[in-house]
Amino acid sequence: MDNLFILLLLPVLGAIALAFVKQAKAARQLALLVSLVSLGLTIPFLSGFVPDDSIQFEQQFAWIPALGIHFHIGIDGISLPLVLLTNGLVPLIILSAFSYDYKGGFYALVLFMQAGLLLVFTALDAFAFYVGWEIALIPIYFICALWGGENRIRVNLKFFIYTFLGSLLMLIAIIYLHLQVPSGDYELTSFYQLALDSSTQRWIFWAFFLAFAIKMPIFPFHTWQPDTYTEAPTAGTMLLAGIMLKMGVYGLIRWLIPVAPLGFAAYGHLALVLCIIGVVYGSIIAFKQQDVKRLVAYSSIAHVGLIGAGIFAWNVQGVQGAMIQMVNHGISVVGLFFVLDIVTRRLGTREMSDMGGIAKAAPALAILFLVIVMGAVGLPLTNGFVGEFLLLMGIYQYGIWYSVFGGLTLILGAVYLLRMYQKVMLGDANAKTSDFADVRGTEWLVLAIIAVLVIGIGIYPKPLLHISEAAVTELIGKVSLINN
Amino acid sequence: MSAIITLSLLAILVLYLGLFKARNALLPVSLLGLVSTLVLFVIQWEGQAVPLYSGMVLFDHYAIAFSVLCVLLTILVLLLSKNYFDAGSTHIAEYYALILFSLTGALLVTSFHNLAMLFIGIEIMSVALYILAGIRKKDFASNEAALKYFLMGAFSTGFLLFGVALLYGASGSFDLAEIKDYVVSNPQAVSPLFYGGILLLLVGLAFKVGAAPFHFWAPDVYDGAPILITTFMITVVKTAAFAGFLRLFYFCFVPLQDFWMPALLVMTVVTLFIGNITALVQSSFKRMLAYSSISHAGYMLFAIVAVGPSSSEAVLIYAAAYSLASVVAFGTLILVKRATGSDHFEAFNGLAKKNPYLSLALTVAMLSLAGIPLTAGFIGKFMMFSGVLADYQILLVVLAVLNAAIGIFYYFRVIVAMYFRPLDRDQLVVNGYYKTVLVVAILATLLLGIYPAWITGLV
Repeated sequence: MDNLFILLLLPVLGAIALAFVKQAKAARQLALLVSLVSLGLTIPFLSGFVPDDSIQFEQQFAWIPALGIHFHIGIDGISLPLVLLTNGLVPLIILSAFSYDYKGGFYALVLFMQAGLLLVFTALDAFAFYVGWEIALIPIYFICALWGGENRIRVNLKFFIYTFLGSLLMLIAIIYLHLQVPSGDYELTSFYQLALDSSTQRWIFWAFFLAFAIKMPIFPFHTWQPDTYTEAPTAGTMLLAGIMLKMGVYGLIRWLIPVAPLGFAAYGHLALVLCIIGVVYGSIIAFKQQDVKRLVAYSSIAHVGLIGAGIFAWNVQGVQGAMIQMVNHGISVVGLFFVLDIVTRRLGTREMSDMGGIAKAAPALAILFLVIVMGAVGLPLTNGFVGEFLLLMGIYQYGIWYSVFGGLTLILGAVYLLRMYQKVMLGDANAKTSDFADVRGTEWLVLAIIAVLVIGIGIYPKPLLHISEAAVTELIGKVSLINN
Repeated sequence: MSAIITLSLLAILVLYLGLFKARNALLPVSLLGLVSTLVLFVIQWEGQAVPLYSGMVLFDHYAIAFSVLCVLLTILVLLLSKNYFDAGSTHIAEYYALILFSLTGALLVTSFHNLAMLFIGIEIMSVALYILAGIRKKDFASNEAALKYFLMGAFSTGFLLFGVALLYGASGSFDLAEIKDYVVSNPQAVSPLFYGGILLLLVGLAFKVGAAPFHFWAPDVYDGAPILITTFMITVVKTAAFAGFLRLFYFCFVPLQDFWMPALLVMTVVTLFIGNITALVQSSFKRMLAYSSISHAGYMLFAIVAVGPSSSEAVLIYAAAYSLASVVAFGTLILVKRATGSDHFEAFNGLAKKNPYLSLALTVAMLSLAGIPLTAGFIGKFMMFSGVLADYQILLVVLAVLNAAIGIFYYFRVIVAMYFRPLDRDQLVVNGYYKTVLVVAILATLLLGIYPAWITGLV
């Protein structure tokens, strides 16, 4: 059963079937079933994976042979954690949407997006990568624009055009690289072997960087993000923040730096500085927010900035930290957005000033929320700590001052996240919050799973780190060899 | 060649059917004739391609592929015409016959091997269209469209004819092979007359394909003509015009690229921007499509900028993608306009609730026009970009990419209207013919987008 085609095709088939389901209840059950089967199908890849630097479970067929395009996919240590993250989070996201009356179309879009994401994380052919990149965008546009808040039409159009423009620039770079490949294909390995001159690699770097930086987003390409996250329905926000932004981070590791190492040598420093600015900027603005969803949106800019900085530091600790932090951030942010969804749905407001005192009425929620917040803050023995520690260590090796500013995420993150927790959960209850119903059923289940993951990865992160270690070490060795 | 003869006879037969008031036989007979034309083309595919009738036409793979595309698109358009002209019109047979005549001209434009034939083909195609554009005799916009189209068409034909004459003066022949020999044998000693001829032909053909700065007729004509005629013009006629354009330039003028390329580059960029930016501010869906057709002409000019062996394939796929999406867009527009009487974006409000599958079809068509992966439009754009990048025209592609992003604004407007602007409205009735056309066009769009390998390497 370790056939990657099946893993990619299952969500597509599920999406097609779901498009015809009109009943909300049947739709959500079928969607959950499909996503759980996807998760089940991921297990053989995990158990059969040999943690070395090779590409495994490869599959390919000649897609458009006349143009040198092959549908070539495979998994290595860098893509496996993200495949796991995608297939693990999608069932949770579907479960978290159970309180809404979404029909089949909604779940069809979620599953369709899952297929696009999986293609991005497994593609070994640049054309296939680009196709996955774009087809992940279409469903999320419709999810956010159909079920989003008041300003959804304007906000999502901006989001779509912004990211579309970025990815078209990447398409130019991909076609250009393909034209330089002697064997005339779009293979990742062929792109790695191109030794283009420095000036070419510089613009290639920017073409890729813009696409990835917009997606993550890195300061100053983040302007679409807070509005889009806030206006999106919670499931859409989870998909965007939990999985989709990892497409950009993954792109940095897999495509940008190894394909344009000389461009990276020239501009990597600038990119790292932008990431660090994002950390400080996101944290400060998050601190000023009254709207809880917006607060987490800005905190996401800060966290992703740190991940980006770890990658641009380009050493084993930094990139390994980025790898594990991608998974952690996905888990934490889904948890945070889900808690906020529960709270805002019951209270009918997103303003912190209208909340408070929920902990008394809902002790289970209070504990689970606390664990998730601690994970997001990066307290020792939670998953966030492992990732941020490695990231800061990697950045420290690059330059001490960067790690000082990067370290602000830990402090500022604690400040604004704990402040949020305090204002939402603690303090005096008001009329609305005093009879707040505690979490139960699927809500409880989702939060409990997330809390277990937060603590589990925090205590014993080794298996996760082990998956990517060899691949990351090899990739870093390869690129720094070129640079010297 | 037998296909052309069949088609001409078919058109005359249809005229006679009109004389005997055999209204119900019009569509079946036309379709039957078109299908047999298709079969004749397919049979010809394997044969040896030699210039026929003293080198007048050449049915090589290029010509056959484009001809088949034109015939298929005509079939789709004719299927949409069922009941379209019935209300208050007595000239239905003429409508069918004129479409068939125009198609005959279009096939000659794709297969010419002699400049005289190019001219005759364009005239057969256009004269029928002048009448078709004004076929709604009592409609003011339709009349205006016909007159404008006729005046501008005649004007541009003048350029074309003058260009042909100059080429003849320089090379002493109308035959493509001989003109090519003339250029290739001594590119340095090409007469100034010849250069003048190339420029005039460039202008004349740019008129015909609706490229800026010779595009001014296009929006008014596309907007004013009855929707189905616009569909025919934007799909079949545009495809044929581009096929002819590329055939002439690829066959004869490649060695003189340095001379005509700067002019063409400027035209391409201007076409892209004018089409796109003007489409942005339209409030009518039909007029938006008219302007977007100009910008698509800009993308298709890429193939002539990057003229080479892969150009023909790129134009074929792009034209197919663009035409299929246009058929869906205009087909839906006909239904919406019939129900609401308006062709503005607002007329689409809330359509998704009542007609989910129709809305889905239009959405796929819009995504294809915008060039989103897994649709034919993406493969078309991808091939165009690849071709131009191979010539290292990176700046041109960057400009094109900006335009593609602008395009999202207006293509998504109709999607936004259908899905995100709720409105209580009646369900549109979609008859069987429309369903067939929409399903076929959408499936072909997706098939081309997901697995284009079956069409690449064809020409």
